[in-house]
Amino acid sequence: MLSRTAENLFWITRYMERGETIARLLEVGSRNALIPSVSGGFRNEWDAILQASGTAGGFADKYGDTVQRNIESYLFFDLDNPSSIASCVAQARENGRIVRTALSSQTWDALNTAFQEMQELRRTERSKLSVNDLIDWTIRNGATVRGSIEDTQLRNDGYCFMHIGYALERADATARLLDVKYFVLLPQVDYVGSGLDNYQWRTILRAMSAHRAFNWAYGGEITPAKIADFLILNPKSPRSLITCATETMTHLDALARGYGRSGEAQAQARDLLARLSEITVEDIFDVGLHEFLSGTIDSVGRLTAIIHDQYLSGEAR
Amino acid sequence: MEQSKLAYFNEMFQGDDVREPYARLREWSANMPVELRSLKQSEAEALFRRIGITFAVYGEGGDPDRLIPFDMFPRVFAHDEWRRLERGIKQRARALNAFLMDVYGRGEMIRAGRIPERLVYRNEAFEPAVMGMKPPRGVYSHIVGIDLVRTGPDEFFVLEDNCRTPSGVSYMLENREIMMRMFPHLFQENRIAPVENYPALLKRTLASVAPQKCEGDPVIAILTPGHYNSAYYEHSFLADMMGVELVEGPDLFVEGDYCWMRTTRGPQRVDVIYRRIDDAFLDPLCFRPDSMLGVPGLMNVYRSGGVTIASAPGSGVADDKAIYTFVPEMVRFYLGEEPILKNVPTWQCAQADDLKYVLENLFDLVVKEVHGSGGYGMLVGPRSTKEQIEAFRAKIRETPWNYIAQPTLALSTCPTFVEEGIAPRHVDLRPYCLVGERIELVPGGLTRVALTEGSLVVNSSQGGGVKDTWVMAE
Repeated sequence: MLSRTAENLFWITRYMERGETIARLLEVGSRNALIPSVSGGFRNEWDAILQASGTAGGFADKYGDTVQRNIESYLFFDLDNPSSIASCVAQARENGRIVRTALSSQTWDALNTAFQEMQELRRTERSKLSVNDLIDWTIRNGATVRGSIEDTQLRNDGYCFMHIGYALERADATARLLDVKYFVLLPQVDYVGSGLDNYQWRTILRAMSAHRAFNWAYGGEITPAKIADFLILNPKSPRSLITCATETMTHLDALARGYGRSGEAQAQARDLLARLSEITVEDIFDVGLHEFLSGTIDSVGRLTAIIHDQYLSGEAR
Repeated sequence: MEQSKLAYFNEMFQGDDVREPYARLREWSANMPVELRSLKQSEAEALFRRIGITFAVYGEGGDPDRLIPFDMFPRVFAHDEWRRLERGIKQRARALNAFLMDVYGRGEMIRAGRIPERLVYRNEAFEPAVMGMKPPRGVYSHIVGIDLVRTGPDEFFVLEDNCRTPSGVSYMLENREIMMRMFPHLFQENRIAPVENYPALLKRTLASVAPQKCEGDPVIAILTPGHYNSAYYEHSFLADMMGVELVEGPDLFVEGDYCWMRTTRGPQRVDVIYRRIDDAFLDPLCFRPDSMLGVPGLMNVYRSGGVTIASAPGSGVADDKAIYTFVPEMVRFYLGEEPILKNVPTWQCAQADDLKYVLENLFDLVVKEVHGSGGYGMLVGPRSTKEQIEAFRAKIRETPWNYIAQPTLALSTCPTFVEEGIAPRHVDLRPYCLVGERIELVPGGLTRVALTEGSLVVNSSQGGGVKDTWVMAE
């Protein structure tokens, strides 16, 4: 497969996953806005959302003050924001258009339909759209694309690159969401374990469509340790870091088998997976959750760079 | 206006009778309720948009995802009509290739004084870099698109030849696909020759011209300028249908005596490149140094027989509008046959006598730029205002060698769905002839239709649409 084709496939799924993450963040934001604020008010919470999505700088340049409506527009519709859902959907579709030959018609259809519907939404008067509908729309389209890939794509190297894209983007998103929760949503240690804290943790779980799953898996009180375990170390959780690392490993191994050779990417992925398998929640809190998460975000970034060099750059010999 | 309308040949009628190939379509269209028609029309549009077949017009800006209007009324050829056209098209494709081999070879036709030396060797499209090249099987132009117009039951004229990279074949295939999906019963009632094997024939043609150094099954790739190109859809469609890679310049590199693709498992050798970029951009080391679309060193590999480029660099010299006049002569000179297809009489503004005639008769003539395409920069005398004609007159005077002129042809019409019902609209035809080990032509082509009443310009960039083109099977 052409390296460039592999790269486009990889970015289709990364952008789809990124758009979905933004939608989930919007959900956190709009739910948080419904509860009485304690920690510096409404503004603070939306700031946290902007920071988690990595768009705080761009937003401040364009709007200045954090007004909910502006944030919603900026995160959903704004093409000046490279991470907005509209940008992600457009980029995913453009990457798909470039590699039409590597996509099943159903996958292309799903990408193209999402794009065309987005054009329609952008033309619709804002007052007629509720943010909840927009969030649902994004998650539904994300699922349609993912489902088409599962149902119709050949299980070849392209399929692997798409899954690696999903897994790495998701690992990054989970790590960032957790990190932001710990550092920005909750700047004061006193809140840990308080009623409000639980409400916000619950919101995080809800944003990951995981609040029920969490209850099934753990039950009882929500504690930081349980949450960390669920989102980092629990292989049953579809968004945990270890699940993402396992997924990446599976598809890198499949590539190595198909191509008859293994490389630095496989070694790095194995290393990351081993670390996540061996560490315990206690270890993580000993190191410090933030330090651990930053370390993991860096590892994921390095792994991405190595995969790029090994497969996507066309420099491999 | 009324009078001139009567003079046009409407392909559905012979006098008051419906011509045989159109017999069933007449009933079909007459019996179609208006609501069904608009329903089908929007269905067709949705299908086109869904498969992503869109068209961007150079230099016009606007929506890059614009659709070419599709007219559901098919254009039909009877079996024997087509047989004659087919012979004529293949003959012309052979002659054009013989000419190209000659131009870059011994130049017999020029030496024999059958074509002016200046027109060939000082032609912008003449490529000194490939002088002496003998591409595999002696083929320069592997896909020859010949634009035809019709003026009567038996009168066809060649409007122009396209020896470089004629586009539009994806429309031929998709139009058929969509018609079959929307009106399956039409295909049961009529025996219509299929066109769907075009991609397979194209692949076979390209494989048949693989370089001698190629070992095993030739690796074929389509070279595209990229996804911003207006024909990108077609490039990716063809790659998909043929099962070959669609590459951009940066995906290829030259090392040793070969050209390679960058793949996820390391370099893979490429044997045949079907390029959809112009000569000038192919290789920055040989042609335009600022080209980002090409592959540095590609021409060296090509000249040493490491890769086949289709169409071969330099092919453009055969399809230039100034050379066009001499194509019937090529048929006689190289093939020793009489041309089956006629040329439109053409005046070369570069020649003093012709120029004089053209300037005196601008109101009746169509004037085109020698190197223009897409219906840009042309004057349709009878449809232009006095001011437009005077402005054009000044341009011709300034650079006469840049223009040719032809009589305004009474282009045939085909019934077309319009706002008010069904009305005749002018059409042309571009069939795609494949030249490799064999010369092949699928029974069909791209029919373009001028949707504006009275308009003779069928180019999609100027408000033209497309139709499915049927050839009745035996």
